[in-house]
Amino acid sequence: MSEFISYTLIGIFTGAAYAIAASGLVLTYSTTRVFNIAHGAVGMFFAFVYWDFSQKQGMPAWLALIVVLLLVAPAFGVFVQRVLVRDLGNAPVGVSLVVTVGILIGLIGAATQIWPAAGRQVPQFFDGHLIKIGSDVVITWHEVITVVLSAVVAFALFVLLTRTRIGTAMRASVDNPDLLRLYGGRPQLVAALAWAVGTSLAALAGILLTPVIGLQYYDLTLLVISAYAAAMLGKLTSLPMTYVGAMALGLAQSYVVGYLQYIPFGNDITGLPAVIPTVFLVVVLVLLPQAPLRIGQVKGLVSAPVPSFGKAGIWGGSLVLLSMLLAFGLADSDLLLVGTAATYGIVMLSLVLLTGYGGHVSLAQFTFAGVGAVAYSRFDQPNLIGLLLATLVAAAVGAIVAIPVLRLTGLYLALATLGFAQLMDKLVFQTSIAYNIGNPLSAERLSILGLKFSGTGEYTVLMTVFLVLIAVAVIAVRRGRLGRMLVAARDSQAACGTLGLDLRWMRIGLFAASAGIAGLGGALYAGLRGTTVSADFMYFQSLLLLAMAVIWGVTSVTGAVLGGIFMMYLPVAQSDHPSIAGLLFVLLGVGAVIVGRDPNGLANKLFGFNAWVMDRLYPMLAERYPGMALLARGEGSALPASGSVLDVEDPAESAQEEVERDVAVAR
Amino acid sequence: MSLLRVDDVVVQFGGVTAVNHASFEVEPGTVTGLIGPNGAGKTTCFNVITGLQAPTSGRVLLDGHDITKAPVHRRARRGIGRTFQRLEAFGSLTVWDNVRTALDIHDGFRGLFKSVDGSADQEVEQLLERVGISEYADERADSVPTGVARLLELARALACDPRLLLLDEPSSGLDEVETVAFGRLLVELAGEGRTVLMVEHDMDLVMTVCEVIHVLDFGSIIAQGSPAQIRVDPVVQRAYLGFTDQTAGGAHAATASDIDDTKVLAP
Repeated sequence: MSEFISYTLIGIFTGAAYAIAASGLVLTYSTTRVFNIAHGAVGMFFAFVYWDFSQKQGMPAWLALIVVLLLVAPAFGVFVQRVLVRDLGNAPVGVSLVVTVGILIGLIGAATQIWPAAGRQVPQFFDGHLIKIGSDVVITWHEVITVVLSAVVAFALFVLLTRTRIGTAMRASVDNPDLLRLYGGRPQLVAALAWAVGTSLAALAGILLTPVIGLQYYDLTLLVISAYAAAMLGKLTSLPMTYVGAMALGLAQSYVVGYLQYIPFGNDITGLPAVIPTVFLVVVLVLLPQAPLRIGQVKGLVSAPVPSFGKAGIWGGSLVLLSMLLAFGLADSDLLLVGTAATYGIVMLSLVLLTGYGGHVSLAQFTFAGVGAVAYSRFDQPNLIGLLLATLVAAAVGAIVAIPVLRLTGLYLALATLGFAQLMDKLVFQTSIAYNIGNPLSAERLSILGLKFSGTGEYTVLMTVFLVLIAVAVIAVRRGRLGRMLVAARDSQAACGTLGLDLRWMRIGLFAASAGIAGLGGALYAGLRGTTVSADFMYFQSLLLLAMAVIWGVTSVTGAVLGGIFMMYLPVAQSDHPSIAGLLFVLLGVGAVIVGRDPNGLANKLFGFNAWVMDRLYPMLAERYPGMALLARGEGSALPASGSVLDVEDPAESAQEEVERDVAVAR
Repeated sequence: MSLLRVDDVVVQFGGVTAVNHASFEVEPGTVTGLIGPNGAGKTTCFNVITGLQAPTSGRVLLDGHDITKAPVHRRARRGIGRTFQRLEAFGSLTVWDNVRTALDIHDGFRGLFKSVDGSADQEVEQLLERVGISEYADERADSVPTGVARLLELARALACDPRLLLLDEPSSGLDEVETVAFGRLLVELAGEGRTVLMVEHDMDLVMTVCEVIHVLDFGSIIAQGSPAQIRVDPVVQRAYLGFTDQTAGGAHAATASDIDDTKVLAP
């Protein structure tokens, strides 16, 4: 009995901390419609700041707490709202997700840069002070303080929202910011305040949980899943229900930790407690009523031009030729990098299909790649059949992920994939099903029709061929019926539904296809490296992939190939320059924040360059230097004299130019 | 038997009752009007019929079959097509691709053969020509004028060969000449055996092409009948104008011009 009381008390403590984090999330989301996926990362970062102030600089704990919670964190929150996520509330969900993923990556990068990995301890508040209840139930002051603080936060939020002018404005802002502005309210001020408070709450939750979870970069970042799971019970708007959700989650987690040993096979799934929030989340998501099809015109998106097959073939052939040259010229260690780039390119192509064309954001692509790698290694059929089986297994897993979240849209789907990535990591990849921790799985390289690609050079060329084939397939899909339907479903769900399209099956199919491509990439990667470990497919990789894909252009095959190369180069650069390893993440995060608003990315700017030279540069030079031979060329190509070519915002113009720019394909 | 029967449908959004025990029927092969002041619940009715909005209570029957629980796409397969008041064109696609996509969705696997022999392309061209927007075929749907986009939505709905076509304010954005042509097209569609149910504020159009009119106010059907009957119905006048001719002091029977004034009230 006393055991049960102990677990209950610990559960209440955990729940109280989750409640603090979740209420911050609800506050920011409901007032600005931007879901901050970096909420947990914010908590992580400020836990480090708190450690720095209180342990390294020697500030008293209470002073450090005040400085962090009332000064640094709110200031950061205001900065994020004013500068990084401003006006994102009306943007497509994908855009705000990518921007906040950028913030997440940036924060992890900043943390690793400022506080390199080392053993750090954040002591509990009033460490060592205990309260005994009965004979053998003990609670710490830290736990009591957490519960008290949680109650204080709840009360303060209640007073703020219902008894103050600015609180009323906050609630009004939820309903209609434009109307609020008309009535003399200031939505931007309200938004800034919400983010200040929300960030501060994330920081508080991070600091309170650190003594339990440990001061680590990645685990604390996943606090967002717990907060999200709790907040979902209140549909991201109701604070009381959020508290209920947080308590239920805290208790569930505590009981699982406590009683796992009594469950059969309990010792095999020691990762279970860590994924309770995810399981809780999935249950809540599935029990929620089905989201209706979205009505309301979404402005058509300007996508990168789709190349013709001829052009794609030429560029693809050139890429294979290049890989052949490299195979002759490079050492094996460098060739491994080329192969890795091809792998990442393939995984990014899976995102082009899913996100670029379909408009769904997935934060689990590397998990699918991992499934492919594990399946390929386990089947131990180093031939096309083994490869096909691995692809199918990954596709099946992708379909399974899509099924429970079928009824949901954009944001919920993306977060569910993040939860799924963590779930797979803890319950599959790190257990005996796939890799035990630190236990690599070996895989043999592929042979096709008896022809064995055992040399690293040959295998790299083979991977490039696969990359090109998949790229052509993706282009074929985009150009055909299916591609039109994908774009149509992205633009207007309601119209697709009323025309007779079953969007659920479409989404399952899309997820399965995308996961299959990622799985194929993973399987090829397993063959390339010979051995893989679970860390190769950690959830954070998927976030990096998304950021990288968006920066280089998630709407074009070219973007995927370029993104793949840079994704490969990132860890290389980090190990070459360990002193700025974290800074590179920050750079990537900043890039995602800046470029994230235009998913066509840098690749599309490249496409524009050719037209810019023809339409603008030549005529300009011709005009300025009339005597030059440029003239003839300039006159010939300057016919439409259209406006800014690099301005991808103008849909009509881009549509006209799409044909012209078709020339500038898959580079 | 009526093609569509809306039976005692109630829709509540929180405390607001958008549709309040509305019941009406639509006979096959007719052009039927659904009119009423702004906020009367007309579009919500459409959403209930097409499945985009689940009713709080009540039933929707198509051809005698209860389709209240059927998902959106299955109702479409059963022959319900619609256009939207707030446009839902596929903005990233061209006008031509919009219609082609609708055709592909409708045809399913059969469409593969149609692509090969080119008959799909022909069908798209015919549809665009029929609604009169062929010249916009290669423009992106988010860059064409509102009127064209509305006609595009009509062409897209027609691509799925619907038995029942729901048009939500189809004429807004059209000029007078275009509206007349549009009215002719509606009569033509009804002549082919299709049934049209139309929400419309242009009373000239409604009075000319509709055979039956249902009037919705505060979510309830307050009147139904032929255009001539609706024109003189005092209840309708009160709903639209806020008074009847008696209270206004005039002993004149209501005329079409009275109802025309509603255009000013409900643009």
